[in-house]
Amino acid sequence: MVQSELLEIRGLSKSFPGVRALTDVDFSLKSGEIHALLGENGAGKSTLIKTLTGVYKKDAGKVFFDGKEFEAHSPAHAGQNGISTVYQEVNLIPGLSVAENIYLGREPMKYGNIDWKQMRAGAQKALAKLRIKLDVNQELSSCSIAIQQMVSIARALDVSAKVLILDEPTSSLDEGEVASLFEVMRNLRSQGIAIVFITHFLDQVYEICDRITVLRNSKLVGVFNVNELSKVDLVTHMLGKELDEESRKSHKKDGQSAGDVFMELKDVVASGLGQMNLKVRKGEVLGFAGLLGSGRTEVAEILFGIRKPLSGELLLNGKKTNLKNPRNAISHGIAFCPEDRRREGIIADLSVRENIILAIQARRGIFRTMSRKEQQRIVDKYIEELKIATPDAEQKVQFLSGGNQQKVILARWLASNPKFLILDEPTRGIDVGVKLDIQDLVGALSEEGMAVLFISSELEEVLRSSERVLVLRDRNIVDELTGEDINGAKVMHTIAEGSTDV
Amino acid sequence: MENKKGAGMKLNLNLNLTKKNIPILSSIGIFLLLYVVGGLFFNGFFSIGVFSNLFYDNAFLGVLAVGMTLVIISGGIDLSVGSVIGFTCTFIAYLVEVKQMNPVLAMFLSLVIGTTAGTLMGFLIHNFKLPAFLVTLVGMFLFRGLAYQVSLESIPIRNELFLEMSQVGLFEYNGRTLFPMASLIFIFMVMLGVYMSHFRKFGRNIYAIGGSEPSAVLMGLPVGRTKIMVYAFSGFCSALGGIVYTFYLQSGYALAGVGMELNVIAAVVIGGTLLTGGAGFIEGTLVGVLILGLIDTILNFYGQLSSWWFRIFIGLLLFLFILLQTWLTRSNIFLKYAMKQQQKRNDAAKGLQETSQHS
Repeated sequence: MVQSELLEIRGLSKSFPGVRALTDVDFSLKSGEIHALLGENGAGKSTLIKTLTGVYKKDAGKVFFDGKEFEAHSPAHAGQNGISTVYQEVNLIPGLSVAENIYLGREPMKYGNIDWKQMRAGAQKALAKLRIKLDVNQELSSCSIAIQQMVSIARALDVSAKVLILDEPTSSLDEGEVASLFEVMRNLRSQGIAIVFITHFLDQVYEICDRITVLRNSKLVGVFNVNELSKVDLVTHMLGKELDEESRKSHKKDGQSAGDVFMELKDVVASGLGQMNLKVRKGEVLGFAGLLGSGRTEVAEILFGIRKPLSGELLLNGKKTNLKNPRNAISHGIAFCPEDRRREGIIADLSVRENIILAIQARRGIFRTMSRKEQQRIVDKYIEELKIATPDAEQKVQFLSGGNQQKVILARWLASNPKFLILDEPTRGIDVGVKLDIQDLVGALSEEGMAVLFISSELEEVLRSSERVLVLRDRNIVDELTGEDINGAKVMHTIAEGSTDV
Repeated sequence: MENKKGAGMKLNLNLNLTKKNIPILSSIGIFLLLYVVGGLFFNGFFSIGVFSNLFYDNAFLGVLAVGMTLVIISGGIDLSVGSVIGFTCTFIAYLVEVKQMNPVLAMFLSLVIGTTAGTLMGFLIHNFKLPAFLVTLVGMFLFRGLAYQVSLESIPIRNELFLEMSQVGLFEYNGRTLFPMASLIFIFMVMLGVYMSHFRKFGRNIYAIGGSEPSAVLMGLPVGRTKIMVYAFSGFCSALGGIVYTFYLQSGYALAGVGMELNVIAAVVIGGTLLTGGAGFIEGTLVGVLILGLIDTILNFYGQLSSWWFRIFIGLLLFLFILLQTWLTRSNIFLKYAMKQQQKRNDAAKGLQETSQHS
């Protein structure tokens, strides 16, 4: 493989209101290499791709493509210039035929009309390059996701791609399909096409990639050759600095101070998750450690009734229970602070007061409204306790900073006095001060007897706050750590290599 | 692996066949059924005259339906078509009779107005992301109001050139003109619609936009231009439908075409086009229009039932097709469900493998 720099990004920066998504990031790509772009949620991978392909406009930085400075105005413009992206969710038209999906917008013409014969033959040929044989007349929606992905790759290549970006292409494929996708990727690499491969499956990175670029917290961590970087080191780069014993905070009770079991999963199997057992104890902070896509959020969703177990038992206070939906879970005293607060948590147009009152009101039903005075009392209490920075309780939530929005959601669930609080990425995208506030609060709540589940991409934070840590890998719980075992090295090793003592 | 893929494809191919063809096949089935039943019960039902009238009496409906089909395939709706008919009728009659204008010029003017109005509505819908339902509702009120502004009373047309034009037909039979101008325009528009939807980029882009607008944008298709052109074409069809209706009525009347938009939508849906967009055929719409016409013809032959039975039958048929559409959309859900199950099995197998490795 001859290696020349095909694409070079220097000092790319991009911010959105309230968030720095990319800070001075460099990235380079050679012809005929497969380059993994890795990082946790919010590290800046997708922003990097979207800025490169013209979905977003960059704030600063330069992109050199094929030796010339280049700026994409739109995904279509990037595509015409040879940079094509295949997204995780296939962006094609399900109701049209395979052939049309490959040729839409640039159909072969004959006498001013679409030449269907030529189109079908061309589609057949484009797919044959990927070694796929397929009836190109069939509707796209009748193909499996794997084939649909191949069709979008065929479309991208047929526009003559030099750079092919694959954004989590393997997350909904089975093993055989992944193998044939890799076959295609190797084939393309040997033809000199540069491939950017975004994934959260580390094994796949080691199987197929040549180089790795790691991003963390919107910054570049480094560029590595795959054969010079061990898995443990890679995980360390992705999750944060080498963790030491000192980083564990001491306000936590060590070991077995936790109370009775509040909730238990026995041999539960759910869609997309392996069989699992877990216990949630009163007065204990339970942490989930694992990479993005390891199944952290999915498990939390089972505990909140969003995802239904297919088999196995869910016990609440020792009694077998069926959580029908989140409303049902709330009535059992479970509260869930979701990961994507903008989409699932806050209601931007309502005031701080209305957002906080929401959950209590929902529980009481619409006929037992609270007096304004009572609402005010509760809201004032939490604004003070959580140090929510807002001019007053009537401010619309959308004008608060990310951290304070997060506190409003926390206040909403705390106001409903939950017995079990699930925090999914409570500190994402908020500044350090607020992070510490929230971590302290978690400790204080568990001391009052509340069970807390703490999920975070920042391993350090999980280790510091939790008394017991479950390690997840590839959608399975692979290890449980308590007491002295909770340390960075041990967790990283488990994440990278799988369980040590099963 | 190869095996598994093959099996999946086979299963999907069946679904594929049903999904694409069931609506139009059932439309054709219903049409044939009605036609045969009519022929068995009534003397003279199978005559060429009745068949010709089917195209003549429903020509305006058919012309509107061609435009409406493209709008619905693109994922939109056009409620203004009935009012544009009313306006065009009155406008032409007024220009020709009161202002003594050449009828060809009057028709040309009304086509320009219809197309412009459609373009404008499409522009509002696309550029300001306004719901098509509301924008075309505005158009509906506006044109009905304008029709009354032109004339409150019915204006009969006596202009000879105009009457002659309306009488030009395909051939004479027993002293009657068969397939006169109105039905020729209808047939021509259907052919134009079929041609555009299958052989022009414009037509294929309409399907793409109706199937998934965000994907169409990412694929670099001219989404804005196409959407505006779809409404412009529908506006053109409405005005042309108005001309055809004027040929048919031989007068201009502001109340013409009240509620017509709903009949048109019914014809399109009965013809197998999905209201959610992305799927449908102009050929199906032709069948849909003819089914409405057949029901009307049968009721006329029967002679004893009030015309409200027409609406009752249309209602029942529509209901049937809505059920069919829902079922077809559900079958898509089944497909996704099957895929999820597949993945689960794979995951379970993977999990099993791993545990056995560790132990």
